[in-house]
Amino acid sequence: MKVSTIAELLDAKVVCGEDKLDTDVKSACGCDMMSDVLAFVKDQAVLLTGLCNLQVIRTAEMMDMRCVVFVRGKKPSEDIIEMAKECGIVVLTTDMRMYLACGLLYANGLQSGHTALK
Amino acid sequence: MSEDTVRFHFDVDGENFTSAGEASVQVKKLLRQLGIAPDVIRRVGIAMYEGEINMVIHANGGDADVLVDNDKITIILADTGPGIANIELAMQEGYSTAPDKIRSLGFGAGMGLPNMKRYTDDMKIESEVGKGTTVTMVVNIA
Repeated sequence: MKVSTIAELLDAKVVCGEDKLDTDVKSACGCDMMSDVLAFVKDQAVLLTGLCNLQVIRTAEMMDMRCVVFVRGKKPSEDIIEMAKECGIVVLTTDMRMYLACGLLYANGLQSGHTALK
Repeated sequence: MSEDTVRFHFDVDGENFTSAGEASVQVKKLLRQLGIAPDVIRRVGIAMYEGEINMVIHANGGDADVLVDNDKITIILADTGPGIANIELAMQEGYSTAPDKIRSLGFGAGMGLPNMKRYTDDMKIESEVGKGTTVTMVVNIA
């Protein structure tokens, strides 16, 4: 699924990374606990979260993720956006709640990426 | 440590949670420049990031050293914090002594140390209550 399709499905605003909306992603995860995100690795390219701080972008960077979606209308601060730009991560924001946002992406074919590395 | 070893050192600032993880992001960039394989970089990055977060939450920061050899990458995280009273308990998934404030920031789920062990080939914890903790992790370069 292209990141642009994710933005459309979630009625999301593109905060940064407009030039990377063509990126193709194969799986996603939805989580507010970054340690839980870090516990599972398998080409998860998209992180949906209601947590809104710099550690979200660092976690995404550590996991080589390409896109972060802030749900529940969370608005990332300027320093969050700056770090995302530096890391080449697309940032989207949506007013949808986590359950609905994940459900829509899953129903449209974006898989869960929760497979442990080893 | 051979003479070919490449060494990186970072002071981990314990004052502010916002900057926690800066060293790990930096290491990731440096390892990319050295041409290390992406999956190895990812494992080093995650393990070091979790360790760095731990140092900031529990020990007011410390020293982080990364040694890159031909066959392995060694991460040494040393702090002079309160130490770990029961390492076996601390290694259990879900066990955490982090304050609620940290949980609201997305950490303190009791996954840090287990994650560090999960993503490394070897992990050693030396800790003395009241003196500090040194965690040494090794990721082999296949």
